[in-house]
Amino acid sequence: MNHTLTNQEKMMLAREKAARKPNLKRRKISQSIAFTLMWLMGFISIGALIWIVGYVLARGFPTINMEFLTTRPAGGFEGEGGISTTIVTTLYLVVLTIAIAAPLGIGAAIYFVEYANEAQNRSKFVRWLVRTARTGVEILAGVPSIIFGLFGFAVFVSFLKFKFSLLSAGLSGACMVLPVIIRTTEEALLAVPDSLREGSLGLGATKWQTITGVVLPAAIPGIVTGIVLSVGRIISETAIFWVTLGGSYRLPQNLLSSGRTLALHVYMLATETRAFDKALGTAAILIIIIMLLNLAINLSSKYFQKRLSGK
Amino acid sequence: MPRETLDSKLAQIKNEIYLLGSMVEQAVLDSVDTLRTRDLKEAKRIYDEDNIINEKRYALENAIIILLATQQPFARDLRLLAAMLLVVNELERMADYAKGIAKINIKIGKADIAIPVRDFQQMAEQGVSMLHRGLGAFIEQNPNLAAAIPQEDDIVDQLYNKVYRTAIEDAVAHLENIDQANNILWIGHNLERFADRVTNICERTLFITTGELMEMDSSDDENDAGGD
Amino acid sequence: MQPSQFDENPKIIAHNFNLFYGDFQALKEINVDIPENAITSIIGPSGCGKSTFLRSINRMNELIPSVKTTGQIKMDDKDIYKQDVVELRKHVGMVFQRPNPFPKSIFDNVAYGPRAHGLKNKAILEEIVEKSLTDAALWDEVKDDLHKSGLALSGGQQQRLCIARALAVEPEVILMDEPASALDPIATLKIEELIQNLKKDYTIVIVTHNMQQAARASDYTMVFNMNPDRSGYIVEYGSTSQIFTNPHEKITEDYISGRFG
Repeated sequence: MNHTLTNQEKMMLAREKAARKPNLKRRKISQSIAFTLMWLMGFISIGALIWIVGYVLARGFPTINMEFLTTRPAGGFEGEGGISTTIVTTLYLVVLTIAIAAPLGIGAAIYFVEYANEAQNRSKFVRWLVRTARTGVEILAGVPSIIFGLFGFAVFVSFLKFKFSLLSAGLSGACMVLPVIIRTTEEALLAVPDSLREGSLGLGATKWQTITGVVLPAAIPGIVTGIVLSVGRIISETAIFWVTLGGSYRLPQNLLSSGRTLALHVYMLATETRAFDKALGTAAILIIIIMLLNLAINLSSKYFQKRLSGK
Repeated sequence: MPRETLDSKLAQIKNEIYLLGSMVEQAVLDSVDTLRTRDLKEAKRIYDEDNIINEKRYALENAIIILLATQQPFARDLRLLAAMLLVVNELERMADYAKGIAKINIKIGKADIAIPVRDFQQMAEQGVSMLHRGLGAFIEQNPNLAAAIPQEDDIVDQLYNKVYRTAIEDAVAHLENIDQANNILWIGHNLERFADRVTNICERTLFITTGELMEMDSSDDENDAGGD
Repeated sequence: MQPSQFDENPKIIAHNFNLFYGDFQALKEINVDIPENAITSIIGPSGCGKSTFLRSINRMNELIPSVKTTGQIKMDDKDIYKQDVVELRKHVGMVFQRPNPFPKSIFDNVAYGPRAHGLKNKAILEEIVEKSLTDAALWDEVKDDLHKSGLALSGGQQQRLCIARALAVEPEVILMDEPASALDPIATLKIEELIQNLKKDYTIVIVTHNMQQAARASDYTMVFNMNPDRSGYIVEYGSTSQIFTNPHEKITEDYISGRFG
């Protein structure tokens, strides 16, 4: 590369330089086009979203009043009554499912992250077990909810004779959200730096003290996210609860009572009655609940961020 | 690659010390030579040029301190630099002896007295030879060479004893010449101290290589005449 | 080996200590006496096992499942590998390279250790927290803000918080793994001063890459090096002043005058 340029080479270079100038203009134009397209896509997506939510809310709002919210559904082709019991049933179901799934899921995640490594090195069987369990969790996380529903129907409703009940639905729902809770908790635990664990152990704390005193508190935001995601799923699922909870519009008296969630009620109103407006009303309530849930996630995550990074 | 900067700066300082050493050697030899030639202008020049030696000494000291601060040396490097500070000081004091001899020369002036020039020349040459080799051993960090030099101090001491005795006898015999006897003694004293300081330089050489400071005296201190 | 001029009681004695990660030998035949109430620094090129040896003293190396040790490390004449490890860590504290305060308040950080060991009395905890923060030269800066999060402090303050946290457990030995390497020069000097004050009550062992720090801040210096088979061994061990002005071994001389490799 050390020779001086011949006249011919100089000319070629000049020509190339001239050719490059309009290139800049061309590049700027393609950038503008790309940006415009992206803006467009964004608008379309958000627009569609707003349209759907807006339509439901707008059409559903007129049906919503105190009576609607506080009377129970009365059945019938006209879809008499309100949605009081469905709101309560949904609440019961969420609490029950999380009460079953959260301890199991968090416990399993703690085992995988904090204990499995040690145990793995001692026994080939344990290593195989952990590997299988991990793969299982991955697979189950993608399984459609109806499968859990059918499983629940076969095992809890029929075999264990729990019949259509909160118990059956709760257990089935727990199976459904367990993989999600395990996965998010695992990730939250893995995100806690080892330096914190070492710091705690170095002070003479036991492993369990370290987990409860330092690791879990630091992992709470992630764990809460997983639980809230699960709550969202429970509120919005229909198929799984259709085959385990039944459809009773009465207020559940105990764990073995049947019941109906909000999402199920929307489905039933839409398919078995003419009360399309009530269906939309219920759907509107559902959407509002989900929006409140999202708000709760955002607020709590901001709260935890502040606490963790110093007041 | 490691410590290239430190090593090259050390090499520079070593060269400068050699240079300073030659200046000192030259000054002493010249000062004794002017005793022979009685060239008082030359003596004045030697006297004045001591300033140049002083300045050089301070420049060297400064360079060494800067190197200590910027290179943070440890172990042998540290001992070498610390020893260099002391050696540079010794060289400057040795140059002062040459200056002292020139000053006495000027003081004696045109007086017609018997100066034992031969003896002084021998002392000076011996001392300069010791300095030359001692400084070489220091720069090369050769402990064996350094260990062999201090005993040569005996030669200088014997010559000094001879000059001392002659001068005292002369003074006793001719009391009016006491001042001159004193001057003779001073010249001899300076040359004797010159050789002594070479011993200090040799001690420092051993310090660099072994990490220990030891006294290395010549054999016969009790029988020496005159102070220390 | 013993440092040349010391006649104090050794607090910790390593005797023919070897450490393996699986088949790889990381430490070979370590024999040292670590004096009580003094600061011993461990220096040497990277990868020679300095941190590995440090972490052997409070058995933190056991967090790696494939670790095996032979030989002994004794503290107060008791083999620490035969003791309960949780109990051991009450007597041997550790401060790490990067400050690692818990995401809790300053108070809860310092009180964490005593609480883990069962102390519940609020008054005593408050006393311990104040004393530890004072000994760590942090009390004056945080005494009005004990409920602020530990993460809101500067890097140097966080490290002093970690030191206070270690002191709260009232150990006899404090191990420090390059405690100032993540800090700015002023914070570093503060930590060094702090260590000087601590040594009258604690035995301190500090791993450092910074030669000047080892020279400034320690009483005894242990020099590690790597064997051809990549296991670590001790080249020389002596008083800091001797090691840095007149080392006996050529490897030591080369390493500390920067003429290594």
